[in-house]
Amino acid sequence: MLFKPVQLHIPDGFLSTPVSIIGWVLLVVTVAVALRQTRGQLGERQIPLMGVLAAFIFAAQAINFPVAGGTSGHLLGGALAAIIMGPWAAVLIMTSVVAIQGLIFQDGGLLVMGWNILNMGVLTAFTGYFVYQLMRRLLGEGRNSLLAAGAVGAWLSVMVGALATAIQLGVSGTSPLGVALPAMAGVHALIGLGEAVITVGALTFLYAARRDLLSIGETAPGKASASWVGVGLGIALVVAAFSFAASPDPDGLERVAEDTGFLGRALEPVYNLFPDYTLPFISDPLVSGILAVILGTLIVFGAAFLLARVQGSRKAGA
Amino acid sequence: MHHTIEVQALQFAYPDGHTALRGVDLSIAPGEKVALVGPNGAGKSTLMLHLNGLLQAGAGAVSVCGLSIRAETLGQVRAAVGLVFQDPDDQLFSPTVFEDVAFGPLHMGLAEAEVRARVERALAAVGMGAYAQRVSHHLSVGEKKRIAIATVLSMSPEILVLDEPSAGLDPRARRGLIRLLSELPQTMLVSTHDLRLVAEVFPRTVIMDQGRVVADGPTARLLGDPALLDAHGLEPV
Amino acid sequence: MLHIDLADHYQRGTSPIHRLDPRVKIVGTLLFILAATLLPPGSWAALAVLFLGSLGVAWQSRLGVTYALKRSFVVLPFALAAVTLPFTVPGATLAQVGAFVISVEGTVRFLSVLVKSWVSVQVALLLAVTTAFPDLLWALRELRVPRPLVSIISFMYRYMFVLADEALRLQRARAARSAQGQDPRRTGGSVLWRGRVAGGLVGNLTLRAFERSERIYNAMLARGFRGELKTLTPPTLTQFDRYALAGWVTFLAMASLIGFVFAR
Ligand SMILES: Nc1ncnc2c1ncn2[C@@H]1O[C@H](COP(=O)(O)OP(=O)(O)OP(=O)(O)O)[C@@H](O)[C@H]1O
Ligand SMILES: [Mg+2]
Repeated sequence: MLFKPVQLHIPDGFLSTPVSIIGWVLLVVTVAVALRQTRGQLGERQIPLMGVLAAFIFAAQAINFPVAGGTSGHLLGGALAAIIMGPWAAVLIMTSVVAIQGLIFQDGGLLVMGWNILNMGVLTAFTGYFVYQLMRRLLGEGRNSLLAAGAVGAWLSVMVGALATAIQLGVSGTSPLGVALPAMAGVHALIGLGEAVITVGALTFLYAARRDLLSIGETAPGKASASWVGVGLGIALVVAAFSFAASPDPDGLERVAEDTGFLGRALEPVYNLFPDYTLPFISDPLVSGILAVILGTLIVFGAAFLLARVQGSRKAGA
Repeated sequence: MHHTIEVQALQFAYPDGHTALRGVDLSIAPGEKVALVGPNGAGKSTLMLHLNGLLQAGAGAVSVCGLSIRAETLGQVRAAVGLVFQDPDDQLFSPTVFEDVAFGPLHMGLAEAEVRARVERALAAVGMGAYAQRVSHHLSVGEKKRIAIATVLSMSPEILVLDEPSAGLDPRARRGLIRLLSELPQTMLVSTHDLRLVAEVFPRTVIMDQGRVVADGPTARLLGDPALLDAHGLEPV
Repeated sequence: MLHIDLADHYQRGTSPIHRLDPRVKIVGTLLFILAATLLPPGSWAALAVLFLGSLGVAWQSRLGVTYALKRSFVVLPFALAAVTLPFTVPGATLAQVGAFVISVEGTVRFLSVLVKSWVSVQVALLLAVTTAFPDLLWALRELRVPRPLVSIISFMYRYMFVLADEALRLQRARAARSAQGQDPRRTGGSVLWRGRVAGGLVGNLTLRAFERSERIYNAMLARGFRGELKTLTPPTLTQFDRYALAGWVTFLAMASLIGFVFAR
């Protein structure tokens, strides 16, 4: 049996009470907006369509493919749902999925459910949608642009969900940020690849079979909100990186680190467990962790961008 | 006396351009039990969707119980025509059997006590009284089909329109269905590929092919005409 | 390839816990988890009291005292997320393994997280096991969860097994065809190809979901749906429900008190 799509379902007890409650408050607001937006988008069909698509994501999460060494790739689905239906509809779909997983299967806790939904359903939906739409705009029409945009959107959506999870664990004092961030980033950089491959496979199928379905997402409400989320995430990452990297006062940095409790004495040896995320020229693990994430993001983004361009021009030339 | 169902020169094309009905004429008198047969793609399901206004006629006219189907009459028409879909998983969309059978009466605006009484009666009529609190997805196909019929019986319709009620049933469940259909007093239009069921339950048969009614008459005569059956992809019993 | 636990955990029964109003059960479960989460690290006495409370509920539900206990280890894999605490929280040295220093405080924090999580999942499990999901749904509606959201979840619950079945059938059909291996380059297939195949199944399932939802919408219209879902009014709380909730809250308050009084 063991039905574990992605290790992002936080159980109860792993987040502190204030953090959990903030999650619920944010979720309540988000869902209220999502309900209003999709009601406008879908009218009377809202309930049956959202319900069946939530059931679809649940079933799709159970489809997996063997990768290597007993691991397998599978889908979380937030990005796919958002690409097809738009971000607000995806929020409702993923809210139902994560709620049922928590209530029926104890996959993820109840008090922490606010964050579980935000991480796996809201952040993934908006990140995936924002990146997808942005790249579509940059790369133009056509199949390759669709696939590149879908791949990067899906990969990044998992990354953002994972990093958000790491931050909540860090703020709750359950896991030092300097450990949680790079560890989550590392594991989910791989898991995200599975997400990207399946999402692209699904988009390819839909592009061939029912191209009209892919235009629902184009016209769905939530473009502006998605842009704000995208810009906000970008700014947050850049500011975080620069404020640490540019800090001339290593003591200040040290103090920040100690205040938040993530740079204990024993951190150095633990950190060496994850040498892959340490860039040689930066000694502080947290900074290099964040930078590594940004760098990885840019590399993947750029590679997919170039690939689509090259393929596109080859087709145009032929 | 008005006809319960009156369809005149009905034409319909799906949005993708496929013409499914090319001039259908059909009248059914109160109390009649009529079988609708024909090969796959003949247009049987499409015709049935017109009978309670889920599809709007491209050309021609449809009226039910003397009401022509318009936005204002839609509520009355849907209360008068109990339409049961081919796949019971589409018909039973609520988590429990009770909620599904209550859905129709509740949305007709009936009082709660009346709704509960109707659910009880409808489930009893199909012999599923003990199933009210069951969860739909755990039921067998035969049980689902019976409950699907109960979901419209609870609306006390004048006419039952059933799309392939016997598909996927084992012999015993099929037997039970035949008994149920014979006992129910409503006017009935039932599409099926099961000609033995037709012979047992329905005095009158309508054959459709390629979007038209190609034969309409007493079941015994139609089913006793091998050339006619063969021409429309049906096998003599 | 398809891994899915197709049965939910609900066990039919007539125990007092089964008969308790689902609203009371939901609120009681959330309060329990809140009480556990709020405890300061190392509140072993209070956690033990909470644990006894969950055993008591299991006993009253007549599923056997250890029913939830045996099924509550699902949280263990996630323990990995907190496993660095003993090494990273500064404090008195408990042990030293090579270059790693294990601190007392860190170990206490780590074990507290684990035990909190473990007792929480036990009551969450008992809630799911003793309450039919449709009952949870109307209770959520009564507890002011937005109605459209509850309805969406109810449709999801109805169709998740139907679509999982469709997924299973698609996968079997694909497996049966690929066994013939018309395309020699693709037999077995690279990881990427296998992933694309899985993705194709997901795409196919998307179409089926859309078509299914359209047929369901038609079935709803056919039975008088006009855009607003109506529901019957649920039963009111009984005296038994009220006393049970009051007793439970008192118990949780006492457990919390123990936790904070004996906090280090
Ligand atoms: N939603 C749709 N969009 C486009 N074409 C459709 C749609 N539904 C049905 N059709 C087409 O309309 C024609 C009539 O279909 P219909 O389902 O009414 O046939 P039927 O007689 O019920 O067949 P069966 O015995 O297989 O149920 C078929 O050719 C079918 O392909
Ligand atoms: Mg049909």
